[in-house]
Amino acid sequence: MTDQLDPLDESAVKQAVDAALKAFTDATTLDELKQAKIDHTGDKAPLALANRAIGSLDKADKAAAGKIVGKSRGAVKQAHDARLAELEAERDAAVLIEEAIDVTLPTDRRRLGARHPLSLIQEQAADYFVGLGWEVAEGPEIESEWLNFDALNFGPDHPARQMQDTFFVDPPEAGLVLRTHTSPVQSRSLLERGVPLYVVCPGKTFRTDELDATHTPVFHQIEGIAIDKGLTMANLQGTLDGFAREMFGPESKTRLRPSFFPFTEPSAEMDFWFPNKVGGPGWIEWGGCGMVHPNVLRAAGIDPDVYQGFAFGMGIERTLMLREGINDMHDMVEGDVRFSARFGMKA
Amino acid sequence: MRVPLNWLADYVDLPADTDPHALAAEFASIGLEEEDFFGPEITGPLVVGRVLELVKEEHSNGKTVNWCRVNVGPEYNEDLDDPKDPQPGEERPSRGIICGAHNFEAGDLIVACLPGAVLPGDFKIAARKTYGHKSDGMICSAKELGLGEDHSGIIVLSDLGLTGEPGDDAIALLGLDQVTLDVNVTPDRGYQLSMRGIGREYAQMKGQTFTDIGSAEVAPTNAATDDGYPVSVEDNNPINEVAGCDQFTALQVTGLDPQAKTPFWMQRRLQQAGMRPISLTVDVTNYVMLELGQPLHAYDTALLGDEIVVRRATAGEKFTTLDDVERTLDAEDLLITDRSAGETGKGGKIIGLAGVMGGADVEVNDQTTDVVIEAAHFDPISIARTSRRHKLSSEASRRFERGVDPKLGPVAARRCADLLVELGGGTLSPATTQVGQAPEPTILDLKVARVASLVGIDYSIDEVTSLLEGIGATVAAKDEETVSVTVPSWRTDITDDVDLIEEVARTGGYDRIPSVQPAARAGNGLTVAQKTRRRISNLLAADGFTEVLSYPFTNDKRDDQLRLEADDVRRKHVRLANPMSEDLPLMRTNLLSTLVDLVVRNQGRGAKDVALFEAGLVSTSAGLPEGPGPRHLPGYHPSDDELEAIYASVPAQPYHYAGIIAGNAELPGVWGKGRKAEATDVIDTVRRIAAVNGLEATVEADQIAPWHPGRAAKFVLADGQVLGHAGELHPKVCENLGLPARTVAFEIDLDALLAQDDLRAWDGALSTYPVSRQDVALIVDADLPTQTLAATLREGAGEELELLETFDLYTGDQLPEGKKSLAFRLTFRAPDRTLKADEASAMREAATKLAAERHGAEVRS
Repeated sequence: MTDQLDPLDESAVKQAVDAALKAFTDATTLDELKQAKIDHTGDKAPLALANRAIGSLDKADKAAAGKIVGKSRGAVKQAHDARLAELEAERDAAVLIEEAIDVTLPTDRRRLGARHPLSLIQEQAADYFVGLGWEVAEGPEIESEWLNFDALNFGPDHPARQMQDTFFVDPPEAGLVLRTHTSPVQSRSLLERGVPLYVVCPGKTFRTDELDATHTPVFHQIEGIAIDKGLTMANLQGTLDGFAREMFGPESKTRLRPSFFPFTEPSAEMDFWFPNKVGGPGWIEWGGCGMVHPNVLRAAGIDPDVYQGFAFGMGIERTLMLREGINDMHDMVEGDVRFSARFGMKA
Repeated sequence: MRVPLNWLADYVDLPADTDPHALAAEFASIGLEEEDFFGPEITGPLVVGRVLELVKEEHSNGKTVNWCRVNVGPEYNEDLDDPKDPQPGEERPSRGIICGAHNFEAGDLIVACLPGAVLPGDFKIAARKTYGHKSDGMICSAKELGLGEDHSGIIVLSDLGLTGEPGDDAIALLGLDQVTLDVNVTPDRGYQLSMRGIGREYAQMKGQTFTDIGSAEVAPTNAATDDGYPVSVEDNNPINEVAGCDQFTALQVTGLDPQAKTPFWMQRRLQQAGMRPISLTVDVTNYVMLELGQPLHAYDTALLGDEIVVRRATAGEKFTTLDDVERTLDAEDLLITDRSAGETGKGGKIIGLAGVMGGADVEVNDQTTDVVIEAAHFDPISIARTSRRHKLSSEASRRFERGVDPKLGPVAARRCADLLVELGGGTLSPATTQVGQAPEPTILDLKVARVASLVGIDYSIDEVTSLLEGIGATVAAKDEETVSVTVPSWRTDITDDVDLIEEVARTGGYDRIPSVQPAARAGNGLTVAQKTRRRISNLLAADGFTEVLSYPFTNDKRDDQLRLEADDVRRKHVRLANPMSEDLPLMRTNLLSTLVDLVVRNQGRGAKDVALFEAGLVSTSAGLPEGPGPRHLPGYHPSDDELEAIYASVPAQPYHYAGIIAGNAELPGVWGKGRKAEATDVIDTVRRIAAVNGLEATVEADQIAPWHPGRAAKFVLADGQVLGHAGELHPKVCENLGLPARTVAFEIDLDALLAQDDLRAWDGALSTYPVSRQDVALIVDADLPTQTLAATLREGAGEELELLETFDLYTGDQLPEGKKSLAFRLTFRAPDRTLKADEASAMREAATKLAAERHGAEVRS
């Protein structure tokens, strides 16, 4: 760049500007742009020289030349910065692309745990009833015979007592059994909490059945009992209908069939309407229920002429098997991690 | 109870076109749930045939068969014989059939099933070549038609007292088109174990008027006479002050034809009802029992002593029941015995376990001509206990346990005698024994409003009356709100007004009950314990443990495998009297003892790295009172002291959590090799369990089975209670149980955790002044617990110490023998100012100075 640019020659200045802009546009890398910047804005660049030449102009020309050259230098700087931003963005984008990883690589460095679905479904049931204002009661699994049977109006010779395949604690005179149902928690709740009472009792129960596809000696039930003034079988039906909807969907409902249990009178077997039943919707037996027998209330010191109510109970395993389409009890009791993994923390 | 529908139709109006499946559903709606369904199993052609000719042909296998020409009626006969294989005798319309049985001859009417028929078991009949002939059908035995077990010969119709014409449909003739419903009778309703009881239910369900053949008012009975068969009831040991036998009716039939056979229709009904035909006398007693519900017994008068005595057994007496089992009797067992004239006391022989089963000695047999018929009424509890004691349940005991109509004895005895006279050709003696009387009926008052209040339907007084009359009660209006109900004699289950209310609801239809969700009282939500359990379970699952539920049954050998000391309290198990398996008679005292099996099972199924946890109750026999547990009868409200005794009789059952990690704690993968589980993994798990519950547990080294003596931590809570233990399992324990080496485990007592007071206090706003960090490495004795040194540093550093982190542990060549170096980072922050560097240094030095004083700690430069 030896030609001295006349700072008053507008056309020549514009040429220099155009040359600079073209050089910036042509630069495809940050290095080329840097060189173009030195060429066109460096100390020896025509515009720099022209700028320096302004000092030696007449006073009258100084202002005009200053205006021409200043404006041009501004335009060149602006063009450079814009191109710089462009090229930097391109470079950054390229770096990020190079840094890409395979996001489908396995990530299971930490073992995935799971809850047992039998626990989860008990929590779901408990939550449903807690939402209605009920409470959740519990009791021991090794239970006194009085609470497991007599307090529930099973007399010592009652035929129903023989229906139950009961585990007795040694010696049998100790009067202890592995509870055959969650119903002793009814009596415990009546004795400890009094009335009015609205509780559900989920828990483990035992009967001397060999493990097979549909039986297990250790299983779970959920029991409900409501005692208040004026509760009726219609309230029992309403409670069961609501619970069936919670467990089996909004289409579900229940129906009662007469049956016999020592601790309820009237007593009923209960079926639920299962919209997702294999082979088409239909009724499936779910549990037993009825109006709490006056003797159960009397045993707990409650006047059956003032308070009355209902109780119900159903098997948790059966509920889960039906709902989830599990067809072998072994899967639920054997503790295979693959079984629970399917449920994660939600049944 | 098996209900053959054609039998039921004897007592009610049961239309022939009744859909049996629909009927089963209707029965279920009144409480008779379907147990089983026995429908027609044969499709035709099954016809009456007459054997026209037969020739006996001996074959090379030594067997002789009959080659028969059988007239099977115009519809099925072939006009002409096959010229290559002519049937025996003169050619005429017939079919040729091969038959291997020999209990028939030419001229007999038999049952032939012809090609195209299908017999029970999907046995398809086709013409087939056999013994050199084409057998164009089959002559059937009773067994082949599902008519019992008799396969000794084919059915000859005249033997069954049946007749017909060739070609007649044998399916209808033999009743093979009939349906039997098996319905489940609940244990309170003994009356339903009879056609009489089921008939009443059907009639009421259908709105029909029921004619009760068992009614003492309607059916014929014999008046007691002085010369009846002598019977005395000598019960010296009544149970609960209830007489073992309160009624005994005895009738005598003489001159029976010992060869008389039970008619086919009766045999068929017995079979349909699930009983085996035996002999006319036995069959008739069973038939009347099924019909009316009264168990009956017939004794051969000739074999009987001079008097029947009902008495209790002497403990240790022996008696062999009809099932050929010798039984050692209990003083509560009620017996039927006999006694010869002149004998007193316990003379004679035992002839039956009352209401349960007889013996062979005086049983009717193929010589019997005279019988004594017993229709007695026994105490249900006495019968139930005997049946249970001897593990002997019979059709009779099932009925007595559930309650037999106390008015039924005389009716049933007479019905039995009448059938014997009719079918066996004997004479009913007028001499009639009647010991005892039926009790007075129960009369209950029922407030009609109470029915509505319990069921939720407003029944009118008329409807209540009509429904209760339907079950056989007599109902009289007492006032505008109350009816007085005379309970029918067979309804021994109805003792209270709620029992009547159930009958109103049941017979009125449960399907009428509306659905009304009750508004519960406001509750308190989940308890602290319940929320805590969810919190811990979810934490463990999120930390990689899978929840499992192991059976709580264990044994002493497992305690040995776990290396529990002889006096370890965890050896104090509750023992089961009747365990599932004699190998597992004990209830677990800790969860790990059964949880380990599931680790082994998962690894056996191919899982390499397993982390399991279980939450649940364990038990101990420690502290259990000796002696018999408290007993009270139903409906009795125990006093506070009695309740305390009941609660105290129950073993302590704390709620535990346990977890195991076998294999890697961090899994191997593309990121690296993974990391084997070590003691610190489970120690940290327990620390986290405490932390999420707002608690801190002090960690101490401990030596306790089943853990490694140098790698086990004990967690002590603020009140001094032990939360539990965590660490590496003892190498021998791993070996004993088949667990991988260096398996780690924890077990904690949730009840101890829940018993802690919440000591957390909030002491003001968080300081936002900058922190000052100081690092120091200290050389101490190798066996000094890190937690002890850390506590000293905290104490020495003062209140501005916000955080103390241990970031390095070194042992090795650069240190003297028996020493270790621990490096700490102390983070200081003041609440009110920025700490200067020299202030923080002074605090650090105060900390190390105290550590030097207490533990001889040297600062490592």
